[in-house]
Amino acid sequence: MTAKTLYDKLWDSHVVRQNNDGTSLLYIDRQLIHEVTSPQAFEGLRMSGRQPWKLSANLATPDHNVPTTDRDKGIADPISKLQVDTLDDNCNAFGITEFKMDDIRQGIVHVVSPEQGATLPGMTLVCGDSHTSTHGAFGTLAFGIGTSEVEHVLATQCLIQKKSKNMLVQLNGQLNPDVTAKDVILAIIGKIGTAGGTGYAIEFAGEAIRSFSMEGRMTLSNMAIEAGARAGMIAVDNTTIEYVKGRPYSPKGEQWQQAVDFWSDFYSDSDAHFDKTVTLDASDIQPQVTWGTSPEMTMSIDDTIPDPAQEADSVKQEGIKAALEYMGLTAGKAINEVPVDVVFIGSCTNSRIEDIRAAAIVAKGKKVADSIKQALVVPGSGLIKQQAEEEGLDKILTQAGFEWREPGCSMCLAMNADRLEPQERCASTSNRNFEGRQGQGGRTHLVSPAMAAAAAIAGHFTRIDKL
Amino acid sequence: MEKFTKITAVTVPLDRANVDTDAIIPKQFLKSIKRSGFGPNLFDEWRYLDHGEPGMDNSQRAVNPDFVLNKARYSGAQILLARDNFGCGSSREHAPWALEDFGIRVIIAPGFADIFYNNCFKNGILPIILAESTVDQLFQAVEANEGARLTVDLEQQKILSDESMDEKIDISFELDQFRRHCLLEGLDEIGLTLEHSDDIRAYENKQKKITPWLY
Ligand code: SF4
Repeated sequence: MTAKTLYDKLWDSHVVRQNNDGTSLLYIDRQLIHEVTSPQAFEGLRMSGRQPWKLSANLATPDHNVPTTDRDKGIADPISKLQVDTLDDNCNAFGITEFKMDDIRQGIVHVVSPEQGATLPGMTLVCGDSHTSTHGAFGTLAFGIGTSEVEHVLATQCLIQKKSKNMLVQLNGQLNPDVTAKDVILAIIGKIGTAGGTGYAIEFAGEAIRSFSMEGRMTLSNMAIEAGARAGMIAVDNTTIEYVKGRPYSPKGEQWQQAVDFWSDFYSDSDAHFDKTVTLDASDIQPQVTWGTSPEMTMSIDDTIPDPAQEADSVKQEGIKAALEYMGLTAGKAINEVPVDVVFIGSCTNSRIEDIRAAAIVAKGKKVADSIKQALVVPGSGLIKQQAEEEGLDKILTQAGFEWREPGCSMCLAMNADRLEPQERCASTSNRNFEGRQGQGGRTHLVSPAMAAAAAIAGHFTRIDKL
Repeated sequence: MEKFTKITAVTVPLDRANVDTDAIIPKQFLKSIKRSGFGPNLFDEWRYLDHGEPGMDNSQRAVNPDFVLNKARYSGAQILLARDNFGCGSSREHAPWALEDFGIRVIIAPGFADIFYNNCFKNGILPIILAESTVDQLFQAVEANEGARLTVDLEQQKILSDESMDEKIDISFELDQFRRHCLLEGLDEIGLTLEHSDDIRAYENKQKKITPWLY
């Protein structure tokens, strides 16, 4: 048998039908649904008189529009409310399981599904959201789709897809202190660029990746899309299986052992072929801070803001100039001298229990700097919030001056009430620093949770060990 | 879906790499539960001087005269000329909906983000990938010839200039045959897939034994 990559194995085991034009009809085991990209898909189903193919394959929760304060008062913005109500109505009408806003299991789809065991190794998983790549951490083929495809999966449980190429990102060696999965993925994007993975499915491998918990692995896969790859995967190992065990949707009883045996095959064969391989040395990576308006515009905390004059490519040079202007930064300035106005710890990249613990460790016994206008901690799900409270993390954070909020996407994209004012500068644990992402005119710097907490305490970016 | 065979139209050059879907249609407009009506807010933050919110009367807003889509010479454009990695970021299909609603039927760039590229075909938009140097050449030609129109012929897979252009343009482009076929015929992909219902059921019956926990 020919050697296969993890991606090849996932792909091949889900092909329903090979079309002679090079596309395949691919079976989808799980679809996650949220309020923003689903209304038009349900409307399409209704208009064509179709029914969902397999109800139990779908799981829904509202996340983008939900308020993170005063939940009992409902959603103030009538347009946001309509979108969440529409999701509730559609799920009720079609019989799809939904964790509604008042359910403790509600949260960001990409946090909720793994937590429930609805994301399992060896499966295909889609969602009308680009950060679906998150679930690749489980040895799952997971990718974001558009609304027409959401409708396609609802109606047929399949998608017409063309196979991507295989890319291996190999991280060798040991990580430096204070370097997290977030710093690693930013460094990778900095190296290969935001279009570096376009057309590829990425597999992350190497000793340092193996050493990450599932939370860290999800942070890594989450941002594969920021490197241009729809899917970012990590092979199944004991860490994966231990995480999945005993969760509400994971297999039980006799099926558990059958599942473990089945899942254990989801890794790349040692002589499998990759179309592209990128190798990084873990020891070269320092804590990262993005300085521009694209995730590839990243640098180490010890570096200075780049100078556009040093860039030979004219399109790139213009890009750097525009980014610096938007970000209000001057070339040559040390990033650790740049003051921050707002701190946001949350999003599907970094809102899991480990992320909150990491922030709490930094914040313990300290105070958020007076110059910080707002420091938000938004857990990824109701269950994470509960767990953090049981561990006393909320107390540590609120005593330091952070606000402790209800779960949702929040300031990651500011579709609810949490947003930046024009020109406010934010240290954010989210995944996109695009213009206006966190509010019109807002300036986003992507960092790890520990780095965000450190920026909150210092009032500017800083190395954690210099706090 | 509307069929796509051939169009002749003004081409607007958007000289900027990595244009993300947040820029194409900002998030506040994603709250709509409809598929149409996004056109007036296409590139909202670049196109208008004020901050746009859903429900505003866009005809009363101050437009940014420097933004290329607002220039009179490009009014009525149906072809968008762009730079690399167009449509990166969020998977929102609202981005192609907004482009389509505005009137764009073709986007030409050296590269597209995968999800956006896919989404275009579902909405009757033809994304064309050309070599960087060819795209450069098109930028120059479009900027130099005010009022000139390009023809994009999907059947022939060609981009052609009209007589008013100084230099003659005759560029061939590649496209996957399934996508080409769906666009030309305006096909409903769900209907096509459902023709294979028996295959889907057969796959499920086989998988029930291998991964029973998913069934
Ligand atoms: S947290 Fe941010 S990136 Fe993640 S799903 Fe929500 S809006 Fe998208």
